Amino acid sequence: MTKNINLTLKVWRQNRSRPKGGFEIYNAKDISTDMSFLEMLDVVNENLIVEKKEPIAFDHDCREGICGTCGAVVDGQAHGPQKETTLCQLHMRHFKNNETIVIEPWRARAFPVVKDLVVDRGALDEIIAAGGYISAKTGGPQDANNILIGKEIADEAFNAAACIGCGACVAACPNASAMLFVGAKISHLGLLPQGRPEAKKRVMSMVRAMDRLGFGNCSNETECEIQCPKAISIKNIARMNRDFVKASVS
Amino acid sequence: MNWFIETFRTSIGKKLLMAITGLGFLGFIAMHLMGNLTLFAGRDAFLAYVEALHGLEAFILVAEIGLLVFAIIHVFMGLTLYLANNNARKVRYAVQKSGGGRNIGSATMPYTGLVILLFLILHLNNFSFADVSDDRTIYEVVTATFASLGYVVIYLVAAVALAIHIRHGFWSLFQSLGLNHDKYMPAIRKIGIAFAVVVGAGFALIPIYLNLTV
Repeated sequence: MTKNINLTLKVWRQNRSRPKGGFEIYNAKDISTDMSFLEMLDVVNENLIVEKKEPIAFDHDCREGICGTCGAVVDGQAHGPQKETTLCQLHMRHFKNNETIVIEPWRARAFPVVKDLVVDRGALDEIIAAGGYISAKTGGPQDANNILIGKEIADEAFNAAACIGCGACVAACPNASAMLFVGAKISHLGLLPQGRPEAKKRVMSMVRAMDRLGFGNCSNETECEIQCPKAISIKNIARMNRDFVKASVS
Repeated sequence: MNWFIETFRTSIGKKLLMAITGLGFLGFIAMHLMGNLTLFAGRDAFLAYVEALHGLEAFILVAEIGLLVFAIIHVFMGLTLYLANNNARKVRYAVQKSGGGRNIGSATMPYTGLVILLFLILHLNNFSFADVSDDRTIYEVVTATFASLGYVVIYLVAAVALAIHIRHGFWSLFQSLGLNHDKYMPAIRKIGIAFAVVVGAGFALIPIYLNLTV
């Protein structure tokens, strides 16, 4: 049932290229519980603009939970308290009237804050550039489908391919490790026949790129898997570990 | 050999080193506990066990050197990873909330590890490097130590720290070695918890039993 709630927001504000920021407090009044979290921020921003104040900067694009652009740490959890949900798909009905919500950007050395809640996730792109692709030309869809793939393998590859690269795993990891992201890419490409020829080279270069970019190391806390909006399993990290060992000794 | 060193310099290589050395310690701990349980059977049984161990001198020497090398690697890598992980997030979150993955074991690995390391120094000093003679055997050294309530408490704390460390370390090492599958991971997790409880309880009961009975 639709109702309106009032909230207090504690939002991280940080100017472009300034090393330090701080929390500002805003009142979000008359927020419909049918709104998404980002729509709620839109309302707050409209009021800030009317008051001639700088609106809160946050990343967003599709608002359908599939592009991986949005994301903030809400009350200590990446993409907020709702499991398997991106911030844009999180609805205000999950919050209580008069609640105080703390909103922070992804925190990792590898993800410098650009402004407010916007961070530079270019490090993930660099990892992809290091080997997260297939160079072989597979032709049009028809040709690619000529290679039959078992249902179980196809499902596993698809589950890994569901990774939208939002960076929530890094944000949620107590060590700011990117291993779930890299593991997902390694699985998604390495499980399929088109990706297998380059599998060894891929795992070696992607892991090296990840290490170079200043991410932390996985200590199997499993927070990434739980806070991932696509519920990517840590079994993908195990597969990456396995593939890395195989590639190292062969 | 360059590829070998390079492998262990990567993040995954470091995890592997933690896992392999951790696995070695689990084996040692299981043996050590089984042997020490002879303390419950009394002085003669324990001394017979010690005698049997001394009979395997060459094997023990190799095992001790191996464990020392493993310990150096485990501690050094653990410290390296702890510092690197702290460095990977310079600005901390104002609100930190677990989604449910973290547990007491995983969240305290460096600290329980430190407790175990400090305890190990004390423990080796207590028993491995103790002066023993025909009049005062290792059994007397052990019972004299556990006659002190202070030592009993220290050993209890160490047993709990070890159990908490193993609670995360056991399943975690399989994950690091790349062994995680729906077929066997649920069993590994359960065995890990059982192993942690047995080890913690076993090592905790020995000092309590000796303090109360001898």
